[in-house]
Amino acid sequence: MRLYQCQPMLSAGDWSAIWLTFKLASLTTLILLLIGTPLAWHLARTRRWWKAPLSAVVALPIVLPPTVLGFYLLITMGPKGPIGQLTASLGLGTLPFTFSGLVIASVFYSLPFVVQPIQNAFETLDMRLMEAASTLRAKPLDAFFSVALPMARPGFLTACILGFAHTVGEFGVVLMIGGNIPDKTRVVSVQIYDHVESMEYAQAHWLAGGMVVFSFIVLLLMYTLNRGIRMPKP
Amino acid sequence: MSEINQDTLHARFQLAFSDFTLATDLQLPGRGVTALFGHSGSGKTTLLRCIAGLQRPDSGFLQVRGQVWQDSTKGVFLPTHQRPLGYVFQEASLFPHLTARKNIDYGRKRATQSANDAELAAIVDMLGIGHLLDKIPAQLSGGERQRVGIARALALKPQVLLMDEPLAALDLKRKQEILPFLERLHRELDIPILYVTHSPQEVTQLADHLVVLEAGKVVASGALAETLTRLDSPMAQGKQASTVLQVQVCGHEPEFHLSQVQFAGGVLSLPYQQAAVVGTALRLRVYARDVSITLQQAKQTSILNVLPADITGMAHDREGRTMIRLNLGGVPLLAHITQKSAVQLGLQKGTPVFAQIKATAIL
Repeated sequence: MRLYQCQPMLSAGDWSAIWLTFKLASLTTLILLLIGTPLAWHLARTRRWWKAPLSAVVALPIVLPPTVLGFYLLITMGPKGPIGQLTASLGLGTLPFTFSGLVIASVFYSLPFVVQPIQNAFETLDMRLMEAASTLRAKPLDAFFSVALPMARPGFLTACILGFAHTVGEFGVVLMIGGNIPDKTRVVSVQIYDHVESMEYAQAHWLAGGMVVFSFIVLLLMYTLNRGIRMPKP
Repeated sequence: MSEINQDTLHARFQLAFSDFTLATDLQLPGRGVTALFGHSGSGKTTLLRCIAGLQRPDSGFLQVRGQVWQDSTKGVFLPTHQRPLGYVFQEASLFPHLTARKNIDYGRKRATQSANDAELAAIVDMLGIGHLLDKIPAQLSGGERQRVGIARALALKPQVLLMDEPLAALDLKRKQEILPFLERLHRELDIPILYVTHSPQEVTQLADHLVVLEAGKVVASGALAETLTRLDSPMAQGKQASTVLQVQVCGHEPEFHLSQVQFAGGVLSLPYQQAAVVGTALRLRVYARDVSITLQQAKQTSILNVLPADITGMAHDREGRTMIRLNLGGVPLLAHITQKSAVQLGLQKGTPVFAQIKATAIL
């Protein structure tokens, strides 16, 4: 016990886990914005039959236990799975137990938390404004970037915060796909688990307490900002 | 195609919905205000949206000032952003995240031919929005938003201005505030304006040409005075039926609080027009219910305006009214009288009569 008391609040391993977590969450959020925005636009606008099934697939990670998602990702990305065989044939090896694999898994896991807020924002967008933009010589993509995106800003803010925070908070998927490799796949949530397993409660407290504070601040930020920049009615 | 005047707007559209079908074939003049009039569901807004390319008809042909914008037989369809038009929406549809100035610049920046700074200053001045430019739409009143919306469309230097009930969302006070600007627009612009409305008041105040739509079909189309007085047109029926007279101020009698105006049919007295100097052109609206008919010119009557006229058409409605179309020196005028009077006076097509027009009935 005396040994622990001499240690700093966070060890080098803890800092590495924090940095890895931050990198994972940022990269995942960025990828999700790129994939999620067109997906959200399509879901918000389409009236085709596939709207309901597609929405359900996007929402699956909300209800599934992370272990289920992780299990199937492990199989498809593993040496015998279709994605695994593809990556292997491209000379990339297989994705499980790598940082890239973790990013891909996180993208699936956090997808609904990014798509749904953006979709909601697009659904409340007044389409007459898009028509007005077209009568003002804006091409469709131009109108999207100059009118739809700025109008949907609160939705994007919510999407970024939820996507980031949710990725930071993942555990089950990480264990299934990433394992527990220091500097590669050992994120904060796994590090906490390790500390608890080794009875290092003080260390676990610093990280766990930090997560609580972080999550609270993030959510507080979201609710405050979204109240502040609510769009005026046209 | 050779018979089509280069200066006109030719619009032919076929568009089937589940509940009604739009089928129009219109030749509209290349200048002045054309009112597309009809009740809600008559297809007037759909017609405007087809012209703008916002709605794609099943088949259609559209030529504006000699340029084909759309021809379904040849697969030609210019998307909206490539059509040199200006569109004013019913709800202004300003971008809420941009100031009035940036709203106006939005289209100006993107159009190949748009107003330069001096022309924009003239537009801003004409619409009286100079003091509003740095405000966002939420800080503007409905009428101010609509004026900014009109400026935004005009800054594109469009070949045709499309206006979809620009006053419908405004209360009476705001309408009165914006109508003078529209009249000014009408006087100062050299481009055709297509103006969708369901208000006979706006038609008589602004339009030069009138297209009446009913259930997706054009039931009347032509010069305003002619079309207003067509007895088979829905506008000639009902309490709001009226005629428009283009007149010129020719004298004042301030002691009686009256002014005199002249037109091809004669001279009329009307309430004193203090602001109008002699020679000013005015547009008068005369309600059909305020025009009565006598066979002889009454010598002693309180009615000041008694003008000779011929009956050029008569129609009866189911409520005991007779609608009479008169000709006053070439100018058409509508009169609504009771069917009983029409019978007692023995009125017929061609009968020479005198039209008595109540002066106060004139706008």
